[in-house]
Amino acid sequence: MSNAISLRGVTKSFGRTEIIRGVDLDIPHGQRHAMIGPNGAGKTTLFNLISGRFSLTSGTIELNGRSIDGLAPHEINRLGLSRSFQITSIFPRLTVFENIRCGLLWARGYRYSFWHLLGGQRALNEEADRLIERLNLEDRRNVPAGLLSYAEQRALEVGITVAGGAEIILLDEPTAGMSHSETEYAVALIRAVTEGKTLLIVEHDMSVVFGLADVITVLVYGEVIASDVPARIRGDKAVQEAYLGTEAA
Amino acid sequence: MSADATQRAPQGRTLSAAPGSAGLARRAWPWLVAIVAALLLPWLFFDWSTHRHSGFALTMLSEIGLMAIFALSFNMQMGQAGLLSFGHAILFGLGGYCAAHTMNAVKAGAMWLPVELVPLVGGLGGLLFGVLFGYVATKQRATAFAMITMGLGELVAACALMFMGFFGGEGGISTDRVIGISLFGVSYSSSWQVYCLVVAWTAIAVLLMRLQTQTPLGRMANATRDNFERAQFVGYDPRMVRFCQFALSGFFAGIGGGLYAIVYEIVTFDTVAAAKSATALLAAYIGGAGGFFGPFLGTIVVVLLQSGVSLLSNAWLLYVGVLFIVMVMYAPGGLVGIIAQHAPIARAGRLRELIVPYVRILLPGAFSVFGFVLLVELASFTTIGAAQGKAFKIGPQAVDPATAFPWLLGAAALIGGGLWLRLEARGFRARWDALMADAKAKGVML
Ligand SMILES: Nc1ncnc2c1ncn2[C@@H]1O[C@H](COP(=O)(O)OP(=O)(O)OP(=O)(O)O)[C@@H](O)[C@H]1O
Ligand SMILES: [Mg+2]
Repeated sequence: MSNAISLRGVTKSFGRTEIIRGVDLDIPHGQRHAMIGPNGAGKTTLFNLISGRFSLTSGTIELNGRSIDGLAPHEINRLGLSRSFQITSIFPRLTVFENIRCGLLWARGYRYSFWHLLGGQRALNEEADRLIERLNLEDRRNVPAGLLSYAEQRALEVGITVAGGAEIILLDEPTAGMSHSETEYAVALIRAVTEGKTLLIVEHDMSVVFGLADVITVLVYGEVIASDVPARIRGDKAVQEAYLGTEAA
Repeated sequence: MSADATQRAPQGRTLSAAPGSAGLARRAWPWLVAIVAALLLPWLFFDWSTHRHSGFALTMLSEIGLMAIFALSFNMQMGQAGLLSFGHAILFGLGGYCAAHTMNAVKAGAMWLPVELVPLVGGLGGLLFGVLFGYVATKQRATAFAMITMGLGELVAACALMFMGFFGGEGGISTDRVIGISLFGVSYSSSWQVYCLVVAWTAIAVLLMRLQTQTPLGRMANATRDNFERAQFVGYDPRMVRFCQFALSGFFAGIGGGLYAIVYEIVTFDTVAAAKSATALLAAYIGGAGGFFGPFLGTIVVVLLQSGVSLLSNAWLLYVGVLFIVMVMYAPGGLVGIIAQHAPIARAGRLRELIVPYVRILLPGAFSVFGFVLLVELASFTTIGAAQGKAFKIGPQAVDPATAFPWLLGAAALIGGGLWLRLEARGFRARWDALMADAKAKGVML
């Protein structure tokens, strides 16, 4: 029960090729957990399995001790898991404000209501505006999200993900494509909004990874080759060979 | 441009924070103006010598009202939720049949209901069938959804000819709106009284649909339209969103159908047929599916062509079709899209500079339209009109369509006007681009 996310013998095949090859992983509540690995290792695929976008080939995934087998993505979200996408996935014709508010609606119990007028939902709108300020997007509040710059869209992507205040947050390369200062700001924001929450983050920027994570898991060719605190990951021979070595060179 | 374009500006902090009476009044007055205008409009056609309203004008205006409800309800699916339906008329028509049967039951003394609430019965009928058909159709989206709605449309149309009891076969269900029960003691024996009822219900339905766009369901319909996968990861089941949206849209379509039953006192097979569904689609596209009021504008255009032009010409449907193609090709945002495109230039305060360029393209445009209409009318005259024993006239001048002259005139106007238009279009585009660049430089694009 103490684990927020728990994977046992998870495999995933696309046709004949096995992409995830037997992953065991436990992430306790409140941990900031980073996943690193070379391109094509299967990090995003693992995210898709945990969030219900793909179904498992074999193995089990539990969130807070509850199996998510057969649950649809929206049902998993309602269990308190929210994720972001590596390839930006927002609502392009809605404004920044509307995007964030859409991220809030279900979490605040509005469900499929057609009897609440959103303009009058003060607490909800203020909450959305507060988050927009933290995202540094207040100048862009009423702009359709599709017209934002790439970095702004990435910030919005994270915003939609954390808006509802989910207990478990999965971020897939949130800072990819951001400048150095933007990355710094985003990391500070991620740190702040995931305070006391369980975070699983995929990231290629090693300074981000080592600065943020309590535990790092290294995934190579669909297998976990190491999972430990940052200091020991840095000294791990197998990791250096398989991944960090090539990165550092 | 999008359904939210209209909400972008004003619905900011001031309004959402303080929806006080001042804000309410500011938002209410365009509605009041529209309602008053709708009630004054028939008096333009009033015949003061006989003290009678023009039946033609009242019927046409009533048709605009009920078809606008229908087209807007169609756009709850297409514009708002991204669901292109080819069978929307079944919800409209079935609502109409429900309303007609209800009026007959009231007339027979089997039940009690004031005439004013008959459209509501149509709405509930539409809702019921919306739930039923929505359950089937909204499991899918995109092309599959379009195909299923098309199939449902054919299914209901086939049923309409099979089940005599409910649909009355080819003859339809006739009814009588003078059922003797009214909330306001009105008999509804005159078209003017009926028109007032249509205006009232149109206002109610349009207002409710407008408000629905600002509810959680309405917003999530936009969200699933934009990115149905992302919607799942914020906790929403896109199928459920589509289903609720579909069913509600059925409710409003049914209100339109109920009004149809009251206005025409007969509901036939046409009301559920594919051509009716196509009318909603045409109105939504011509007016613009991206803005809330687009389909309303489109309905006005389509009904004017349908009622007005059909008096003068056999070829009105052809004109609607050509207009539709032209809009889809050159102005995919519809009429509201065209209007919205001018907003940045207006904000830059240079709209006036477009007047001359517009006149310069409208002139050759009018020439080519004249040529096109002349050719179409000549063709239609030689096939249909001549048989009706009419004479062919250009203005007051009678011409013989069997001679080459009118044909050459038409072709010359069409081709010459077209070439001239091409020439002028270049200048117009240059002017337009310059003004847009200026708007961009002034930072008034949004
Ligand atoms: N839907 C799919 N169908 C078939 N193959 C897929 C699918 N999704 C991913 N793959 C394959 O699985 C492998 C792992 O992809 P994945 O996106 O999980 O890698 P990743 O670790 O996230 O890489 P990156 O660092 O580039 O984001 C790749 O070889 C990819 O081609
Ligand atoms: Mg990836």
